[in-house]
Amino acid sequence: MLRNLTLSVRSGETLVVIGESGCGKSVTLKLMISLLDATSGEVHWEGHHVAGLSRAERDRHRLRFGYLFQNSALFDSFDVFENVAYGLRESGGRSEADIRAVVVERLEEVGLEAEICSKKPAELSGGMRKRVALARALALEPAVMLYDEPTTGLDPVMTGVINRLICQVRRRRSVTSVVVTHDLSTVRAVADRVVMLEPVSRLAPDEPQAIFSGTVAEAFASNDLRVAAFMQGGDASWEREAG
Amino acid sequence: MSTVSVSRPTFSPIHRLGALVLARIESVGDFSLFAIGVLGQLVSGRPRRRVLLETMYVVGVGSIPVVVVTGVFIGMVLAVQGYDSFHHLGMETRIGSVINVSLVKELGPVLAATMLAGRVGSAMAAELGTMRVTEQIDAIRALGANPVGQLVVPRFLACFLLIPVLTIVADTVGIVGGWLFSTQALDVNSHFYWAHSRAFVTAFDVATGLIKSVFFGGAIALVACYHGFHCRAGAKGVGRAATVSFVVSFVAILALDFFLGLLLNTSYRLAYPQLPSLL
Repeated sequence: MLRNLTLSVRSGETLVVIGESGCGKSVTLKLMISLLDATSGEVHWEGHHVAGLSRAERDRHRLRFGYLFQNSALFDSFDVFENVAYGLRESGGRSEADIRAVVVERLEEVGLEAEICSKKPAELSGGMRKRVALARALALEPAVMLYDEPTTGLDPVMTGVINRLICQVRRRRSVTSVVVTHDLSTVRAVADRVVMLEPVSRLAPDEPQAIFSGTVAEAFASNDLRVAAFMQGGDASWEREAG
Repeated sequence: MSTVSVSRPTFSPIHRLGALVLARIESVGDFSLFAIGVLGQLVSGRPRRRVLLETMYVVGVGSIPVVVVTGVFIGMVLAVQGYDSFHHLGMETRIGSVINVSLVKELGPVLAATMLAGRVGSAMAAELGTMRVTEQIDAIRALGANPVGQLVVPRFLACFLLIPVLTIVADTVGIVGGWLFSTQALDVNSHFYWAHSRAFVTAFDVATGLIKSVFFGGAIALVACYHGFHCRAGAKGVGRAATVSFVVSFVAILALDFFLGLLLNTSYRLAYPQLPSLL
């Protein structure tokens, strides 16, 4: 899935990772948070080699991150309140009143009323599910936010809402953000820096997988045909088929 | 633009057979590690009370109707099938001993376990499989919790603790069903029916069935949760996880039944050597 990839994220920036489906964007996020283990290579977090951490240290490492999953990944059997409260309960040391206060605060932060607390995820629209998932990810005050295709399946209005929330979270909380997306409106709205990954199957043996790294303006003005094709159409596969 | 040409290697049937064997060995190793992980979580942490009680309700209370219905019919079927043979010998009243020994030692535990594997095990595999493909299991890990402790331990405990209860229910209704049919439809004398049953059914027979049932329950939960956790993507993957879970559980129940029966009988004969040996 990934090969010869070197990627660094600077503190406080919003890095957007783009590329064709199957190029390993989501895998990159899961390696960062240690949901997957790399078969070779290293992931470093603040100087620590993540693979070398014990199980308890890994659990603590994950708590530094908030993860917005592609399909929200809300727990079907729990209502909205229990979904947002899940991480708070697991981390322990909080009273029920504290948990309730944090849940309501996070829901308000993402533009949702406390009235939806008793609803099940199946009763929510796609945009509301994304926002509940964002509230859940923010509940533990993460230092880094990882967004996996945050606007997939949403209409343009809700895409704009999610993009604004990503910017707002970064501005209010000074979090470092890594966003994986296909959506060029998200790239324009949130990115400080853009990295484009190329599928391993299309690379020469020694070619690095990150074929572009730069600002949004540089990405749109790129002379690299692969990057230019993606930035014009959001998908570079046609270029390859034609070439 | 750079391109890479990839030539696909061709595999002979021997290669494919070898790959299949290796994959099976690997899955046995994976399952063993999974089971060890579950046992480790059982020791190190307590499941949430609410989740455990909900799971116990689904496993225990939810399974009682199907266990009762099937248990009654199994008892009556044993009476129907055994009556002719005993009638030929003029020993109809002894049919109770055969029905009751068969039920408490073998059919009660196996029947309860099969119902549990079909009704609860498949549902567990499908539920956990859905959670896996929708990344809910990853979400639990991302929130700093252990999905094995959160999802598997309550299910394991519910199956492990409640299957003896379901076995007792299956035994009881099977015995009642066999007695009712024998005495009401086949006109067997009720007094001698119970007298012969008491003479043949021992506490060891009842204990054998209950001991085996505990192992069945543990195996069903581990197999179902393992297949749910290792479910492949999509609706097809979830359906396959549920099906494979039931098939593997059923085979495991029968294999465990054989080996545990052999082990328990041998142990009993070692403890009481004056009894005639079957081996």
